[in-house]
Amino acid sequence: MSDDGALPPDDVLAGRLRKGDESAFEQVLDAWSASMLRLARSFVSTDASAEEVVQETWLAVIRGIEGFEGRAALKTWVFRILVNTAKKRGMKESRTLPFGSLTFDDEGPTVDPSRFRPAGDPYPGHWLADRKPQRWSDPESAAERAEIGRVVAAALAELPDRNRIVITLRDLEGYSSDEVCELLDISHGNQRVILHRSRAAVRVKLEHYFDAERGIHRGL
Amino acid sequence: MDCDEFVELVTLFLDGALDAATEQRFVDHLSLCDGCDAYLDQFRRTIQTVGELPPESLSAPARDKLLSAFRSWQR
Ligand SMILES: [Zn+2]
Repeated sequence: MSDDGALPPDDVLAGRLRKGDESAFEQVLDAWSASMLRLARSFVSTDASAEEVVQETWLAVIRGIEGFEGRAALKTWVFRILVNTAKKRGMKESRTLPFGSLTFDDEGPTVDPSRFRPAGDPYPGHWLADRKPQRWSDPESAAERAEIGRVVAAALAELPDRNRIVITLRDLEGYSSDEVCELLDISHGNQRVILHRSRAAVRVKLEHYFDAERGIHRGL
Repeated sequence: MDCDEFVELVTLFLDGALDAATEQRFVDHLSLCDGCDAYLDQFRRTIQTVGELPPESLSAPARDKLLSAFRSWQR
């Protein structure tokens, strides 16, 4: 899970929320709402709808905090409510998320097969010398870091919804594989296939960016 | 192990989910293949970069509404 900075331990936090401690509520609201928005956005069709899902979730948290038993982490409990709320809303908007089964799009290689030596070559399946991955430079300035961030955000936006949901939970929110499988009710195998494809797709966009950069530096 | 197999196993490797024999072959290949070493590195950079995306935030009116809902619910 992501680092929530100065948040107190769950039992303390839940106790404060139950007692109506407004600053504790403000803390969790500010610490988690951004992640919740991002996650909700993948289930519903508009930003406004995502914000409503987050609001509805927090209202359910306020009403239900008495019933929080501490069997899961408080944040996981909140995110489960979010996912359920978002799924319901998504269904109303006729968006379906077939998490249960993989599709044709989930199969096949994640790296362009033309980058490898063909069958019949002495080293089939190995990188072709001129298509081998090149080392990426470290960003040299804040502007370059921001540019890289834009490339990644655009790459995520282009992913199919469920791919975006899985990579967001794993790599942005830092959930473990077990937690994601439980939250989304998918198998470990499917979760990993979706995650791997998503990461590979984002990597390709970054590779294009770094290749273009290298071209510029070589004066091409 | 061939490179085209290696690139499909990276997520499993990073999750520690490869069986011992495959992990051994993965690591052996890594030690010998510069292209796959770079690929793994790029994959790690990708994951790290996704993790650094800036957060969006709840609109001020939505935040205010929730704070007052909390206040009134708790009396
Ligand atoms: Zn290789």
